[in-house]
Amino acid sequence: MSAGLTLEHFFWLVGLFVAAVAVRLALNAGHPRRWGSAAFWLLLAVAVGGGKHLPAEFVGWMVLAMGLLVATKQVATPHFPDGGEERQARAGQLGNRLLGPILLVPAVAIAGSLVIGSQLALGIGCLGGLAAALWVTKDAPVAPVAEGGRLLEMLGWTLILPQSLAGLGGIFAKAGVGEEVARIVAAALPVTHPLVAVLAYCGGMVIFTVMMGNAFAAFPIMTLGVGLPFIVQANGGDAAIMGTLGMLSGYCGTLVTPMAANFNLVPVRLLELQDDWAVIKAQAPFAAAIWIFNVAVMYLCVYRF
Amino acid sequence: MIKLVGILLVALGFGFRVNALVVVLGAGLATGLAAGFSLREVVAMMGRLFVENRGLVLPIVLMLPVVGLLEKHGLQERIATLMRQTAAATAGRILWLYQALRGGLSVLGISLGNHAGMVRPLIAPMAEGAAARRGELTPATRERVRAHGAAAENVGNFFSDDILVAVGALLLVKGFFDAAGVVVTLEKIKLWSVPTALWVLAIGWWRYRALDRWLAKRKERAK
Repeated sequence: MSAGLTLEHFFWLVGLFVAAVAVRLALNAGHPRRWGSAAFWLLLAVAVGGGKHLPAEFVGWMVLAMGLLVATKQVATPHFPDGGEERQARAGQLGNRLLGPILLVPAVAIAGSLVIGSQLALGIGCLGGLAAALWVTKDAPVAPVAEGGRLLEMLGWTLILPQSLAGLGGIFAKAGVGEEVARIVAAALPVTHPLVAVLAYCGGMVIFTVMMGNAFAAFPIMTLGVGLPFIVQANGGDAAIMGTLGMLSGYCGTLVTPMAANFNLVPVRLLELQDDWAVIKAQAPFAAAIWIFNVAVMYLCVYRF
Repeated sequence: MIKLVGILLVALGFGFRVNALVVVLGAGLATGLAAGFSLREVVAMMGRLFVENRGLVLPIVLMLPVVGLLEKHGLQERIATLMRQTAAATAGRILWLYQALRGGLSVLGISLGNHAGMVRPLIAPMAEGAAARRGELTPATRERVRAHGAAAENVGNFFSDDILVAVGALLLVKGFFDAAGVVVTLEKIKLWSVPTALWVLAIGWWRYRALDRWLAKRKERAK
């Protein structure tokens, strides 16, 4: 049914939506940072919607311009009226019908991912959910732009942080940062001892993931620099057990680093939390308990199986 | 050593609470220049990587109009009402069930949702509603419940994705060892993922029960 439909179409759609929000912003004379904010969202709309057709260097300067607007505090979120009583009244009128559209999205996304790609399926699910939401609420077609724009402004610059971090990871990789760190770890610790090797590998996975924000980026570096030479080659450890638990140790780093912005900082904005570190604080006990378990299992099993 | 300037900048930037986006872009520029690329090369690299990673914003931005519209018409209020009528629901139990469901589906290679699609519109209001049944929420208790909602999503998402269906992490581990000339089987990677996945469920049970107890204690002190 979607032979001609690609992710690129959804990038256009996102670009159009963000551009519409930017235009509405520019028309809003009461906005605290009207022109800076409108410029920020318009730049993002073009970079996301048309990024594939623009020269890479041009997009790079656009990203830096967005960074400059944020650095000079030209992007701001206005105070939105609360409207709590109105929402309570509407909730009473519409009842459980409100739940239909929001459950339709994952239903379509899950069913669709068996047929087409999961991102495409989620895109179609969102469009279906939007149609259903408009039908249930009988609101004007401009309402999703206004309400979605409210949430978009609430997210603000955090929205593009994950992308910028992925970019930083890419630059780190090209510059050879990882190899440098692995060399320092291997030189500083007596990693030929079996337990020290496990601790250095699992600890390095955490530290590296915390710095890069991504366990996938840490894995090849730590495994080449510490895991393979000291656990597998020097002590005869099992590579599969080491790799699996090493990756899972890296995830413990993901739970506690602001560099993993899409997991730990975007939800802070999305859930309107006061403390930027609230999600990380809630996850820190998880991370510690899971990491210790991984180290124990690896040390007890990697040299035996 | 000069290549590590980016890591230093990130550590200093986050330490002194400079805006994270500014820190990250600055660290990227500094690292690229320190590694000997020209300014235009580094900027082009940033642009290319930004476009390659556009997929990260897609699931969030596409959800916003749906969630925003339904919230305007009282979605969160409706869920809170439903939860207040459910006697067995506590914030902790709801979060543990969500973490288990998220993890269970992820074993099957199915991604249920994310912070924008599930946590903000559904899970956080459910947990808050259940908590409110046992006494009004304060800003502090609301914040803690919501933060644990985000944690349930992350923890459920991360630790069970290499057990059954070969996706991202599993293929990366296998592909890496193949390239390094070390023989590992997919079956063995899957098998050794199971203990941690079960442990994570147990830890979740402990953490969310601690949340429920904390909420109960706060309520008692408020009396």
